[in-house]
Amino acid sequence: AIRGVLSAKRRRKNADLPSVPVLAIVRSSPPPPLGRNIAAREIPVESQPGEMGFIGDQVESIRSMQVRQVVTQIISLGMIVTSALIIWKGLMVATGSESPVVVVLSGSMEPGFKRGDILFLHMSKEPIRTGEIVVFNIDGREIPIVHRVIKVHERQESGEVDILTKGDNNFGDDRLLYAQGQLWLQKHHIMGRAVGYLPYVGWVTIVMTEKPIIKYLLIGALGLLVITSKE
Amino acid sequence: MHSFGHRANAVATFALTILAAMCFAASFSDSFNSPTPAASAQILNINWFQKEANANDEVSMTLNISADLSSLFTWNTKQVFVFVAAEYETPQNALNQVSLWDGIIPAKEHAKFLIHTTNKYRFIDQGSNLKGRDFNLTMHWHIMPKTGKMFADKIVMTGYQLPEQYR
Repeated sequence: AIRGVLSAKRRRKNADLPSVPVLAIVRSSPPPPLGRNIAAREIPVESQPGEMGFIGDQVESIRSMQVRQVVTQIISLGMIVTSALIIWKGLMVATGSESPVVVVLSGSMEPGFKRGDILFLHMSKEPIRTGEIVVFNIDGREIPIVHRVIKVHERQESGEVDILTKGDNNFGDDRLLYAQGQLWLQKHHIMGRAVGYLPYVGWVTIVMTEKPIIKYLLIGALGLLVITSKE
Repeated sequence: MHSFGHRANAVATFALTILAAMCFAASFSDSFNSPTPAASAQILNINWFQKEANANDEVSMTLNISADLSSLFTWNTKQVFVFVAAEYETPQNALNQVSLWDGIIPAKEHAKFLIHTTNKYRFIDQGSNLKGRDFNLTMHWHIMPKTGKMFADKIVMTGYQLPEQYR
């Protein structure tokens, strides 16, 4: 790094002299070696009282990286983000549910589902029947609820359904949770039915939403890893 | 290349892959189970049968429910949720399903049971169509796994009828 700085200075000095031919400028400041960031690492930390320690080292390595490398890393970061998005949207198409994977937040379905378990949802054309575990949205309520269907009334001609739900671990049915005066759920309240189950995995998102500092630390650390990795 | 970080990353990735494969295998092994469950239900008594103030029919009954669901259990079964629903058709509704009783079977040892109970949930019709109504009692079960896919099935028991008069 020191050599780089010196050569830049020399170059500037040379540029002040108009009479020097261009070729000479090029010769007097040879192109920086490719492995320059490695050279920076080799310099003992003690010899640089100005920029110190790990962070300074990282900043230096970021600054001295080649443009091509930076672009490659931006692209690979973009690939990670977009492929995650593609998988999520692809799941939405495949399952027909607007949120294909949900995390259980309450204990109302214990001992079947505990807080922190994840459920895979599916939204097919098939009609809702009793016993199925559905995820539904109540108007005016932000968080969807996962409960079991205990009553179904399906109309003759229109095929419209009235659905009543209850949490396995709750004493009474869900009418107290529904909107004021609402007796039944209709089809449009239902976001999907649970078809698959995986325990504990949802704790990751619960911890991240409840302790945002952990989320930011994690994102920061991962970002730094991606930026500073030299592969 | 063989720093602590690289090794930790490799170990964590390998462990997660193995864990995911095991979860998948456990869930997949469930599909080899071909259960032979049995169920029966009797209506011992119609306790009362009336029209509510809001013009819906309601009936209260005492039931004997017996079943042997032990063949539903596999090593990947956490619990079986079982319930009995009355199912019937009315001029207004193509299908009415009213859950009357439910229970959670936590282990195979408890999967063979006989229960004498009144209906746990209210048997209320949408409207006043229950007089002399034929209906089925259906035992449904929902197998909740330790991990993976959930299964559900049922046994339909036919030939039940409600009384012609309120009582």
